[in-house]
Amino acid sequence: MRIIVPIKQVPETNTVKMDENTGTIIRDGVESIINPLDLYAIEIAIQLRQQHGGEVIAISMGPPKAVTALREAIAMGCDSAVLLSDKAFAGADTWATSYVLAKAIERMGSYDMVICGERATDGDTGQVGPGIASFLDLPVASYIGKVEQVDKKSCRLHRLVENGHEVLDVELPAVLTMVKEVADPRLPTLGGKQRAKKIDIPVWTANDIEADLDKLGLTGSPTRVVRIFRPKVVRQCEKITAMDDSIVDQAVDKLVVFLQKKDFI
Amino acid sequence: MTKNKHKHSGVWILAEQADGRVQRISYELLTRGRDLADKRGTDLTAMIFGNDINAEDLQELINCGADRVVTMEEAKLEHFLVEPYAACMLKIIEDYQPEIVIAGATSTGRTLMPYVAIKANAGLTADCTVLDIEEETGNLLQTRPAIGGNILATIKTPQHRPQMATVRPHSTKPAVKQDGRTGEIVRLKAPAKYLKSRINRVDFIPDESEHGLQDADVVVAVGRGIKKSENISLIKSLAKELDAAIGASRDVVDRGWLSYPYQVGLSGKTISPKLYLAVAISGAIQHLAGMQTSETIVAINSDPDAQIFNVADFGIVADVFQILPVLSERIKQARSE
Ligand SMILES: Cc1cc2nc3c(=O)[nH]c(=O)nc-3n(C[C@H](O)[C@H](O)[C@H](O)COP(=O)(O)OP(=O)(O)OC[C@H]3O[C@@H](n4cnc5c(N)ncnc54)[C@H](O)[C@@H]3O)c2cc1C
Ligand SMILES: Nc1ncnc2c1ncn2[C@@H]1O[C@H](COP(=O)(O)O)[C@@H](O)[C@H]1O
Repeated sequence: MRIIVPIKQVPETNTVKMDENTGTIIRDGVESIINPLDLYAIEIAIQLRQQHGGEVIAISMGPPKAVTALREAIAMGCDSAVLLSDKAFAGADTWATSYVLAKAIERMGSYDMVICGERATDGDTGQVGPGIASFLDLPVASYIGKVEQVDKKSCRLHRLVENGHEVLDVELPAVLTMVKEVADPRLPTLGGKQRAKKIDIPVWTANDIEADLDKLGLTGSPTRVVRIFRPKVVRQCEKITAMDDSIVDQAVDKLVVFLQKKDFI
Repeated sequence: MTKNKHKHSGVWILAEQADGRVQRISYELLTRGRDLADKRGTDLTAMIFGNDINAEDLQELINCGADRVVTMEEAKLEHFLVEPYAACMLKIIEDYQPEIVIAGATSTGRTLMPYVAIKANAGLTADCTVLDIEEETGNLLQTRPAIGGNILATIKTPQHRPQMATVRPHSTKPAVKQDGRTGEIVRLKAPAKYLKSRINRVDFIPDESEHGLQDADVVVAVGRGIKKSENISLIKSLAKELDAAIGASRDVVDRGWLSYPYQVGLSGKTISPKLYLAVAISGAIQHLAGMQTSETIVAINSDPDAQIFNVADFGIVADVFQILPVLSERIKQARSE
């Protein structure tokens, strides 16, 4: 099994701050982590390698500092990593991001699977996995909650949909996107951390992946963010305190009236 | 596609079917699509892929706002498979050159649309909650929550056509039938080469509880404050009285009191029911990300400073074990009256 895992470095969601004047996100001083959903992709990739042999390669498109996410992936047990970094990649939407990742994957030779997280917590689109598959002309199985069986040519997967699980047989190579249910991500080991410190992580630029410059970054992105703003909090909470036994009934009555007014009862 | 921007016209939605019946999301998209088509002064078309789709349902799409319905029906299109669905959609885009294509942000829409958008060289915005037309340019304005619902972003696709977007389910009301609407149903044939799939759907396992969290109008959600697995029965009683689906915070799922399909939040489901009743949930930002767009939010929590009250319309600061039995009983009474 040769498995490629695209991971994204994202700001830790708890600490997102906005510049109220400019309406932009303040990224300075915000801690960066591996997109939490990508940890599941890394975990299942490592498990598959443990069962079937082969290698797991993590890749990320991002600024130079995204290398720390790749080192963490190595510490967890990935065999190697590649950073895709170039000023020309900046400002990419999911179209242009998928393009760069697909071009890089093409350059990596043959592989059996590309395993993504279901979505990134910052962009939160879930479009990059299917996007990579489309560029590579591969099948994509999204929302995978269980990998049941894998052999050289195909795998059997459970895909979580609105009211149940689809059981799918997927020809390889394929792109898969993972949801949380699939596995419990392991913690980095001491040995892994030491390897991660020393390992050489190559940086590929637009040139290295023979990318078409028109398709990169902001230039290559069909979409434009025209405004970022904070949602207005319009809710006025009617709050009743009923810590005391005697007023529980009263509080419940008020809630029932509230629900009746809104037609829920 | 950039150069021929002005050749593209018309608003299209992707209607979805299951077992040959048109699904609710399709009517929500008709509400969106009709509004956009009227603002743009153009027609609204619903495309739908499936097998043996109920004919009355197709007519109902017209009754509810579509000017035209375009179907492709084949045994191989019975269930969503990304390659054949994408091939069919791309063919339609090529032949009809729509200006706008919207689909639901469902497991189907969120997989199919990005696959198609790459090949159509089109911009795609995920999970929009507001869609509008920019008057001066006619561009589609797509507004969506980002970064766990902390911010909203408005996105447009100035040059590329079609402009594509997925729309969050339950973010608008389904369109209702209007008298005297007429429209055309066009049945297209999908050539065999479009129907090839490297994915084979061998089985479907419905959720045991059929709780339908994503589609529910009312959700009762439970957090760690419920203390142990046995107490989930209290939540079940309340949910039953309210005819509600059950949801859970991650802590509840991590402890195995409910399974993962129940999880609401950043790493679980994003829902916006009409009523979200949060029981003993603190309201961590990752949880809020999955439910704060609900129409009405009610919270019960013993901590007066719990974050959840910041997004609630109605709150009770109390011990859930005192409130729940009384509440279920009262609702039962009120319903029988
Ligand atoms: C990357 C990431 C992703 C995450 N994704 C999700 C997600 O998808 N969904 C999610 O829910 N969380 C998610 N979390 C976890 C989230 O941060 C919180 O830890 C979690 O939501 C807390 O769950 P809780 O509210 O049930 O528990 P707690 O925070 O422990 O809250 C329990 C609440 O119950 C109240 N309580 C206790 N006893 C009683 C009583 N007797 N009566 C009334 N009230 C009582 C307490 O006052 C407290 O407010 C994520 C975290 C991370 C880092
Ligand atoms: N810049 C990136 N570099 C590597 N992988 C990415 C990048 N952006 C997105 N991905 C992958 O695509 C998935 C979906 O991301 P998104 O479409 O941005 O929500 C993530 O979970 C990653 O696996």
